[in-house]
Amino acid sequence: MLAWTIYISFLGAGLLTLLPRNSAALARRLALLTALAGLAVAVAGLIRFDPAAGTRMIADVPWIPALHIRYFLAADGISVTLVLLTGLAAVAGILFSWNIEQRTKEFFAFYLALIGGVYGVFLSFDLFLLFVFYEIAIIPKYFIIAIWGSTRREYGAMKLALYSFVGSAMVLIGMIAAFVVAGHLTGHYTFDLTVLARVPFPASFQRWAFPLVFIGFGILAGLWPFHTWAPTGHVAAPTAASMLLAGVVMKLGTYGCLRVAMTLFPAGVTMWRTEIAVLAVIGIVYGAMVALVQKDFKFVIGYSSVSHMGFVLLGLVTLNQIGLDGAVLQMFSHGILAGLLFGVVGRMVYDRTHTRELADLETMNLGRALPFAAVTFVIAAVASMGLPGFSGFVAELQVLVGAWSAFPKAAIAAGVGIVIGVAYLLRAVQRAFFSDMAARPVEAAAHHPLPPISWPERIGAGLLIAASLVVGLYPQVLLNVISPGVASLLEAMRKGGAL
Amino acid sequence: MNAFSYLDLLNLLGPETILVLTSLAALFVDLGALRDQPLPRRWLAGGGVTALGGLLAILWLTNVTAQANLAHGILVVDPLTQLVKVVLVAMLLFTVALSLRAEFTEHVGEYFCLLLLATVGMMFLVSSEDVLTIFVALELTSLSLYILTAFNKRSLVSAEAGLKYFLFGGVAAAFTLFGLSLIYGLAGSTNLREIATNLAGKGTDPLLMVALIMVVMGFGFKIAAVPFHLWAPDAYQGAPTPAAALIASGSKVASFFVFAKVMALGFAGIEGNGAWRQFAPGWVPVLATLAVASMLLGNLAAIAQSSVKRLLAYSAIAHAGYMLLGLLAMSNPHRRADGMAALVYYITTYGLTTIGAFGVVQIVERTGGDSLENFAGFSRRAPLVAVCLMVFMLSLAGIPPLAGFFGKFYLFTAAAGAEPGNLGLLWLVIFAIAMSAVSLYYYLQVLKRAFVAAPAEAAIAPVVSFMERLTLALLALAVVVLGALPAWLLGPIADAIKAAGF
Repeated sequence: MLAWTIYISFLGAGLLTLLPRNSAALARRLALLTALAGLAVAVAGLIRFDPAAGTRMIADVPWIPALHIRYFLAADGISVTLVLLTGLAAVAGILFSWNIEQRTKEFFAFYLALIGGVYGVFLSFDLFLLFVFYEIAIIPKYFIIAIWGSTRREYGAMKLALYSFVGSAMVLIGMIAAFVVAGHLTGHYTFDLTVLARVPFPASFQRWAFPLVFIGFGILAGLWPFHTWAPTGHVAAPTAASMLLAGVVMKLGTYGCLRVAMTLFPAGVTMWRTEIAVLAVIGIVYGAMVALVQKDFKFVIGYSSVSHMGFVLLGLVTLNQIGLDGAVLQMFSHGILAGLLFGVVGRMVYDRTHTRELADLETMNLGRALPFAAVTFVIAAVASMGLPGFSGFVAELQVLVGAWSAFPKAAIAAGVGIVIGVAYLLRAVQRAFFSDMAARPVEAAAHHPLPPISWPERIGAGLLIAASLVVGLYPQVLLNVISPGVASLLEAMRKGGAL
Repeated sequence: MNAFSYLDLLNLLGPETILVLTSLAALFVDLGALRDQPLPRRWLAGGGVTALGGLLAILWLTNVTAQANLAHGILVVDPLTQLVKVVLVAMLLFTVALSLRAEFTEHVGEYFCLLLLATVGMMFLVSSEDVLTIFVALELTSLSLYILTAFNKRSLVSAEAGLKYFLFGGVAAAFTLFGLSLIYGLAGSTNLREIATNLAGKGTDPLLMVALIMVVMGFGFKIAAVPFHLWAPDAYQGAPTPAAALIASGSKVASFFVFAKVMALGFAGIEGNGAWRQFAPGWVPVLATLAVASMLLGNLAAIAQSSVKRLLAYSAIAHAGYMLLGLLAMSNPHRRADGMAALVYYITTYGLTTIGAFGVVQIVERTGGDSLENFAGFSRRAPLVAVCLMVFMLSLAGIPPLAGFFGKFYLFTAAAGAEPGNLGLLWLVIFAIAMSAVSLYYYLQVLKRAFVAAPAEAAIAPVVSFMERLTLALLALAVVVLGALPAWLLGPIADAIKAAGF
């Protein structure tokens, strides 16, 4: 049933392109309906998912017999969690882009095509199929940013597209090599991930194949030092696209690292995990420190994404249950919270004030002019800092506990990153919403009252906050499905030679 | 099968005969009956006659089963050659469909006659395993294409392109002929398979290497591989757009097919070694060098182009580099079928995509020119054609689920798997993948103009005829469907290769 998330999204995208030219209102409703349907399927998938039964098969038919490629969809706990995240982010993103007036139907068509690709990646258990969906997600991103974006949009869009494409080129090399080597070793050519995971690739091969594929996916996850597309891309993108980029597209990267690079090349993980942990920690601390000095409000959030994704990568290479649980939960949590933060900055603030410079926002007394935005941002910020009760706390805590047993020094450094995270978020909250300078002579807000926060925005924000709260207060709702999935992956990795 | 009747021969050569007769018909209809009619009507009549002949030929090819090898490879007809011929005629038909609104010449009959003769040449090229007939067929194709390139007599660029193409082509043909005569001297045969048998054990005779390189030069020219590519950008830019489309599609298909046969069959045994740091002389390292040079120069030079036709020409050079990987995949006799299947799939889908891309360029040209600026805001001036353009460009860049992606994927997998033990050609695959990442940039440049940029003030909506809309939509659909369901094309290819015993 989960496969319908993919079909519904592509169907919606197709229908949108067929709408007549001036049908913005209809396009919005159709897009929202499509995303809601996807979310409903995702929620039903989570509820009906039986963690004890292991991986659930969805579809498995021969697709390209010449290369033994199959159309093989399946879901384990990790997939189900990320599909749910995609559903939530998709709905929220559409609600936050309710005000798009220019070429509306094209916007939502690209948007839904991107969502369909993302769902596809999370549900593919055939490497070729996964790669196809992964690439399908690249092109809509380019057009969404280049057409509807803001600051240096064409540059940001091209940079993002080329970085993604270079990343996927690296994955493609690793994938072809793995296919050929596995076929030569076992006499059985296949792209089936569950089969490839059991192939004993020679250590000499894993030594170069693992970093190639891991970094290839890692580029999209914002792995330092390949993260530079992320801040420029996020800033250039329209709000909904930033929400999706940070919310789910970066998760494609970490998901690929886990599902492909780590499961296929477990011995490679062991060889390189220290280096990756170092890069992850640098990402955490560096992202946070750069966020601390940004002048543009959206860049603060852009760099904070790099920092938070560092936790996911660190959690992945701990190679223990709690660390990996934390990594997957952090993917979910960051997806929700980054979406929320970008929604506030891009939609609630920027679309009304037409500036994102913190120095300008200081003079506008936004805490009073847009109280809803201020409250939402404060909630998102404290959740993002790791306040208990929200999803970020559970996730980062687990990553830190996992890291403590694997890389104690890295755990300490990451802890420092959390502290800096508190600092940049408080700085942003203070300067953007509650500045003392607000009472300056020229009160822009008084002369041009800002339009009030609309209902779609309120609902979108409410949805994301609720999701974060539910997972924060009762993390078992997700951990119950994540843990068995992680456990079976870890088991397979151990058999394959990881620690 | 030494004694054969003319009836058998007709049976084998039915499609070619039909096309030759059609070429005469096109000529006579136009010269005899339609001389005084208005030009659009003459285009329509000529196109109609040609299309009819083409359809008959396709019907013949798909319904008459024939398999023979006449006079030691002078004429080889098997399911594989028939399949490639269907592809060639299909490409001719698409080219014709895109020519119907042409305004570049009044010599309508001659134009269609030459298109048909070029196609007949390509079909003979596909059907021969003998260096003599290969050369003759090559010349028939080339001479027709030279004239087609220079067909726009009102344009200096067209004349220059034709002359350049002709001069380079003439020299390349001379080299090929010289190389082939050396081969004949060494092997004592003109049949490809016999050449391979007779050359076995000669090792790396310097004379053989000279001959090999000369042969490669001639084919390298036809497929526009670096460093024999210099004619391509000028010819693509100067030739009438439909003619350029045929040069870029049909001619590529036939040349690559026969090039693959010459290398894999004729030079079997002197592959040499192309594995990284284990190079040994033979045709594999030679072609690997051409492939690297083509991919590098094609992709980098394409970035700098402002004329989209030239951009497509450099992209064609880059694609020739990728396709050479298919030839290299055939260097291992045990995996030859895989390489051939990958190559045929790639050249077919590439040809369809390129015709489509040229079709779109032709429409844009009507609004002023083929430079990138002319594409600005194209998506709002002609939405359907712009969507087709997006499909073609993204397919050329290799984005799934379009045919260009699977073509590359299969080609690269076949090349990497040619020596599965040591991943010998993986270095070349890595290079090719890296270069195709570069290529996304310039394809996106075109799409950026078409979809992102606002139309210029004076921009007008182009006139698009129904036939063009239909053709482009069909081509885009084919690119999408063959990309999403490659088995539909791969199945017949695999069957044909098996039946042909390649």
